[in-house]
Amino acid sequence: MSKSDRIILDSKQFDLTIKRLSHQLIENYNDFTDTIIIGLQPRGTFLANRIQQELKAINKDYNVQVGALDVTFYRDDYRRQGDPLVPSETEMDFEIEDKKVILVDDVLFTGRTIRSGLDAMLSFGRPSKVELMVLINRRYERHLPIQANYIGKNVHSVVSERVKVNWKETDGEDAVILYTPENE
Amino acid sequence: MSRLSVEHLLGIKNLQAEDINLIFKTADHFKQVINRPIKKVPSLRDITIANLFFENSTRTKLSFELAEKRLSADIVNFSSSNSSVTKGETLIDTVNNILSMKVDMVVMRHPNPGAADFLSKHVDAKIVNAGDGAHEHPTQALLDAFSIREEYGELKGKNVVIVGDILHSRVALSNIFCLQKMGANVKVCGPLTLIPKFITSLGVEVITNLKEALNWCDVAMMLRIQLERQDMKFFPSLREYSMMYGLDKKLLDSLDKEITVMHPGPINRGVEITSDVADSKQSIILNQVENGVAIRMAVLYLLAGKKE
Repeated sequence: MSKSDRIILDSKQFDLTIKRLSHQLIENYNDFTDTIIIGLQPRGTFLANRIQQELKAINKDYNVQVGALDVTFYRDDYRRQGDPLVPSETEMDFEIEDKKVILVDDVLFTGRTIRSGLDAMLSFGRPSKVELMVLINRRYERHLPIQANYIGKNVHSVVSERVKVNWKETDGEDAVILYTPENE
Repeated sequence: MSRLSVEHLLGIKNLQAEDINLIFKTADHFKQVINRPIKKVPSLRDITIANLFFENSTRTKLSFELAEKRLSADIVNFSSSNSSVTKGETLIDTVNNILSMKVDMVVMRHPNPGAADFLSKHVDAKIVNAGDGAHEHPTQALLDAFSIREEYGELKGKNVVIVGDILHSRVALSNIFCLQKMGANVKVCGPLTLIPKFITSLGVEVITNLKEALNWCDVAMMLRIQLERQDMKFFPSLREYSMMYGLDKKLLDSLDKEITVMHPGPINRGVEITSDVADSKQSIILNQVENGVAIRMAVLYLLAGKKE
């Protein structure tokens, strides 16, 4: 990390944020019948799994199914930006027909990934309701009219900045870092 | 890596091992897609593909067509029997006319070896070779290798014998290139009249005794006798060929181990393979067909997405 970069969430705040998001879900979903959490690959799945674990820790009867959805083939920048992206696994061992779906991603920025995610999700059926949860909501650079229902933290950042969510599972420590290019 | 080293899929010969691995990995994902309730993704929705079949085909044509539809491409079909080719139009003229209708990719099968390569040099579209004479049939080799990989986990060190009419088979040549690039050992088996002399220069050993070949291999790829390409007698009779080189249940059961039986189709039941073998649990012939769609989706997706 260089001088101008800063930590938006450290591991303690990170943990609190996940607890708060889980409690917000409990408020709206009661006992989670017919509810499915879908994490968008590659990094939304970490948040989806954390929420699932947290709900279970709060009440062992909160048994929510979690799926992982890859959106690569649904993206709108195929053939417009460099070479095709490498897809990740999709693990959706259930149908979502008439279910309540909570779509989960780490960062909401332009909204295009979520748009592809909605399309990809509809290949598995017609849910009765879909909500969106993100850990970080980057404001000011939305390309599409997409807003999240549950937000871990709002971040005011410019396009040249980069927000990176680190996860214990792959990066060793939970943290959200805002990187600012040196020369600006 | 997410880019192929080639602009067109003309043959396996000019692919790298990494290209083949990339195609396999992408095909894994597409195989999952075609087993979903909605078997379609919108990736190629702004692409138009022309399927030009100057030679008969059932499986390959259907498989390509399905792959294209599953990727949401627009397609136009063409077969030479009811076209202006019979009125004397040349290949380049035919294709250029089709391309001026704004087609982005061409999938072509042609009776002349090198037709796809020739086309790729003269027209401005991505070309996928769906079989050119007795030269190459790259997507068939890819789906065959993909099916073996699915069965055994990997290709490295596996022993594969290709049995039958090697001389007239584009499937054999593409498979030899593909399997060798992936680290498998390949031998061929058949009457010497149906085995081309150059085959040993590819590092492929020839076995004339079928039982010996089968006992060596993990996978046996049975090929059809291509009577339509044979302008002279290469063996006394189909009955004699079948006795010497046909695979039946008795022979399969007499082997030291359980081998996997493959066939690129169309099968001539009772000639190179008997019905009870083709329909046995050791045969993965129908898996090959399913994998064909996934492999072709991967090839089209990777070629179409490649930035010029």
